[in-house]
Amino acid sequence: MLDKQGIAKRIAKEIKDGYYVNLGIGIPTLVANYIPDTMDVVLQSENGLLGMGPFPFEGEEDPDTINAGKQTITMLPGSAIFDSAMSFGMIRAKKVNLTILGAMEVSENGDIANWKIPGKMVKGMGGAMDLVASAENIIVAMQHVNKAGESKLLPQCTLPLTGVHCVKKIVTELGVFDVLPEGGFRLIERAPGVSVEEIKQATAGKLIIEGDVPEIIL
Amino acid sequence: MNKVVSGADEAIRDITDGMTLMLGGFGLCGLPENCIAALVKKGVKQLTCISNNAGVDDFGIGLMLKQRQVKKMISSYVGENAEFERQLLSGELEVELIPQGTLATRCMAAGYGMPAIFTPAGIGTEVAEGKEVRNFNGKDYLMEMAFNADFAIVKAWKGDTMGNLVYRSTARNFNPVMAMAGKVTIAEVEELVQPGKLDPDHIHTPGIYVHRVFKGANYEKRIEHATVRSKQ
Repeated sequence: MLDKQGIAKRIAKEIKDGYYVNLGIGIPTLVANYIPDTMDVVLQSENGLLGMGPFPFEGEEDPDTINAGKQTITMLPGSAIFDSAMSFGMIRAKKVNLTILGAMEVSENGDIANWKIPGKMVKGMGGAMDLVASAENIIVAMQHVNKAGESKLLPQCTLPLTGVHCVKKIVTELGVFDVLPEGGFRLIERAPGVSVEEIKQATAGKLIIEGDVPEIIL
Repeated sequence: MNKVVSGADEAIRDITDGMTLMLGGFGLCGLPENCIAALVKKGVKQLTCISNNAGVDDFGIGLMLKQRQVKKMISSYVGENAEFERQLLSGELEVELIPQGTLATRCMAAGYGMPAIFTPAGIGTEVAEGKEVRNFNGKDYLMEMAFNADFAIVKAWKGDTMGNLVYRSTARNFNPVMAMAGKVTIAEVEELVQPGKLDPDHIHTPGIYVHRVFKGANYEKRIEHATVRSKQ
């Protein structure tokens, strides 16, 4: 089974040289730690920054320089600042190559829900609806089941949707799944020590298993 | 073209109950702190506030929420404010949550004199309910209307007396698009300079969009999540 760092590490392998990448809040933020130094990758923060760097050293925090999670950050050489309209302009115009975000639920046809639990939690969608509506390459990083032990990979989402037919890939603590255009979660890799049977038990949506499924190599 | 006013109290003098205000900032970054304090002091009520976030319980728009000055919030993300969530779930506060890019672009449309924009954000979700959908090149888009705000209140780093503005780092965020979108735009700045001191090539908001400018004081610039790494 993967921990959060493991999920982030596996997702980092999806990033290619030359990519502009938007990382969501939570596990996706950790992905930045596993991008190889040899790769030329620029991180976009939708509050208006290209070229996001690591957290500042203690005492060097700049309140004017934060990421979309409102954390203090630094800017790397070659960074660019822009306003919120342009930030979503470049997202809508598909200039950002890869979007990685968290989810509460994903359906077998690629719908995602991650912004609202009616009557309980209303935080808002932030930039997630804009990102999922425009990005061509969306990977979801999430736990396979919720706190109540219920599967988050579903035939249909039960929560209010963030976007439809948009998720292409999911990485959970149990495995890596392609979301097929015709519907269904195709298991492509198992987390170390996790059996296909365990994944079947934890997946409510249509699970597709073809042949022997290899373990994730981190 | 001298747009200078004495301070926040004079800048907001004609903001009255029931008006619609845009407030710049993202999280607690780039907030018009002086004007928010003046609005709290003035006690204007029944406001509709357009702002990406709602502050935290004791800072930013959270201060206005605590005084029950806000009738309606139009925001994209409000997860950092317990009082907000309480007022929302109890029905005391009207809230319209919209995608962040839609929020920014509806401001931009107002500043560019365009009545509406088309965006794919929200297609197939409850955000699309009751809105016109148009299909372009095989993809559905929602028609979203330009905002109509009585006042836009923004925070810039530097401004000159003619209202030209320059922002700093990610404190830019919504400020330039909101500055363009108010019937009356108020800008508070950290540094107020004479015309000619700002390089025309570096102006982010041309002064034509700004009606009142003043030098703000005592910026707290609170950090919402201070994250650091060790020097090793």
